[in-house]
Amino acid sequence: MPQKSNTRIQLNRRDLLRAGGGILLSAPFVSRAWAQTTEINMLAWYGHGEPDMVAEFEAANNVKFVPKYYAGGDNMLALISQSPPGTYDLILSDGEFVQQLNAAGYIEEMDAGDYPFEDMLHADFEQFPGHWADGKLYSMILRGGHLGVSYNKNAMTAEEASSYEGFWKPELKGKVGHFDWHLPSLGMMSLKNGNGAKLFDLDDAAWQAVQDTTMSLRPQVGGFFDYGGTFNGLKNGEMQAMCGIGDWITGVLERDGAPVASVIPKEGGIQWTESYSMGIGTDKGEIVKKFIQYMMSPAGQVKSAQMAAYPGFCVTKAGRAALIEQDRPEAERTGQIDGMANDPITLIKEGKIHYRDVPKQQDLEDWNDFWSEYKNA
Amino acid sequence: MAQNPNNRRKFDVYAMTWRLPIIIWQGLFFVGPIVFMIAMSFFLVKNYRMTEAFEFVNWSKMLSRNYFWDSYWHTIWIASLSTVCAMCAAFPAAFALAFKASDNVRRLAIFLLIIPFFSSYLVRTFSWFVILSENGVVNAMLGWIGLGPYTMLNTTFGTLVGYMTLTLPLVVILQTLSMANIDKSLIEAARNLGCKPFATIWRVIIPLSKTGLIIAAIFCFILSFGDFVAPFYLGGSQEPTLPILIIDTTKSGQQWPRAAVVAIVMMGTLFAVAFAGIALAYRKASSK
Repeated sequence: MPQKSNTRIQLNRRDLLRAGGGILLSAPFVSRAWAQTTEINMLAWYGHGEPDMVAEFEAANNVKFVPKYYAGGDNMLALISQSPPGTYDLILSDGEFVQQLNAAGYIEEMDAGDYPFEDMLHADFEQFPGHWADGKLYSMILRGGHLGVSYNKNAMTAEEASSYEGFWKPELKGKVGHFDWHLPSLGMMSLKNGNGAKLFDLDDAAWQAVQDTTMSLRPQVGGFFDYGGTFNGLKNGEMQAMCGIGDWITGVLERDGAPVASVIPKEGGIQWTESYSMGIGTDKGEIVKKFIQYMMSPAGQVKSAQMAAYPGFCVTKAGRAALIEQDRPEAERTGQIDGMANDPITLIKEGKIHYRDVPKQQDLEDWNDFWSEYKNA
Repeated sequence: MAQNPNNRRKFDVYAMTWRLPIIIWQGLFFVGPIVFMIAMSFFLVKNYRMTEAFEFVNWSKMLSRNYFWDSYWHTIWIASLSTVCAMCAAFPAAFALAFKASDNVRRLAIFLLIIPFFSSYLVRTFSWFVILSENGVVNAMLGWIGLGPYTMLNTTFGTLVGYMTLTLPLVVILQTLSMANIDKSLIEAARNLGCKPFATIWRVIIPLSKTGLIIAAIFCFILSFGDFVAPFYLGGSQEPTLPILIIDTTKSGQQWPRAAVVAIVMMGTLFAVAFAGIALAYRKASSK
């Protein structure tokens, strides 16, 4: 039987003072040791600064990412505009907002020679709109994904989901949810109206038609949700179809076995893209460049494709090859294998996917106003 | 004319020592932010950055939008409904605690009513997902008797459940305290004079606890009116309330000045409701 130890730690006042003094004197060394870890301030969508994405790089390079998360390009621009230069070393932005970042002078020029442009899966990724200005590179495209009809397979058939018309299915009354951001949802309504590649370039008549179509969907709508709400709504079955999202949410649920899926309907889908830029005034350019190179490497591209918060497809050939080798089921699920019908690159080439953009002929404010009106209808 | 030195108000250091902290606190954290918010409502946003200005464009823009007024009346309606529901649901419990329960039971009950405030309101709200969803506890139980499933989340009902989660314990406590302080001999006198139980409640207990009851109702209305969590997460933003409109406005183009307009209208409404309620609570009964 184990004996109880009679040893007791006794500290008299002198011992206590000695120990306290020792701690105080060693504090500067401790703090110096901490200071050797470089902090990289990251501005990004949720998930990009989480351990599954950055822990390996942190350990290998003695850096620590300090993420500040945002939701939506507007929010990102506001955070940057209200911060002094140098606040953010690394900025992850939606592709369509890069040109605004650049126009406002919030990002540094990058050296194209540092990144694998020769290995891109699609020519569009080499000269992505807004990423270049006057022949200079300002942002590196990292990943992408498609938005289409997201649905519960027990409530909709694949055929019904093959058109945005499926959202109007009578049985789905009150069961259609919206991701609470006007750009993807109104973009989808624009595609339903047959605007194709000009989905964000609408004249007055086309814009009015998009508003009318959207309003006609209102009786079907059961709610407007953020990321967590969308996730929960689909998971617990409250929402049977979602407008404004894609595999970036259903993919996570699907991996957990939920009967949900996202498809690109016949009217076309919308592509979101995410790109890395260096914040203006950063003094950590070298290590930030190294991280972007890491994320563009096959290993980084696989991490991006498997990201716990939301998956995205690879943009480099080597990244795709590594994904197929390391996680073939995920590559198959997302169509990232040459020859598959839902291969994202094939869909882009066939013109079934259109890049998400900001309104061309209206102010963003007009779209916002309509969205608020729609929510209140 | 010379002042009588005895009537002259002296600077009382002792009294000011106690008064100053709250004056400074209110000045820094209440009056100051309100003044700044009012000023901000006249600012402009250019390239996602607020610039100082004195323009009425935010006021005219927000007040001329139908969706603003739709949200406004919806928020008043649902906060009023929440207040009525909370007051009615709380009254029997508060009555029992005030008049039927022993002192020990009342103390224990009040302690138990305080316990929900130890946990995050957001967490308590999310726990309703498990209970109210179509695959949730309530529908499972209803299913045993052949009913349902009913949609409870993302509805006005869901929003009300959230509001009750926030307000009901507080309303019960306030009602209990206001009724527990009634002089019991007055109730006994009413009964001895032949007053029936319900008439006693209506003609004796409610008038005597009027101040506390109205303050409970005001608290309930204020908390419901300004709550973002319940209408967003349990109501699914269906018919957005003003707090949701504030979030939407700041998200879209960082229109903090327009959000300030909404906030000022909200504060104005709450001030009006609170002052009217307090005036009613402390109004002396008119003599016949």
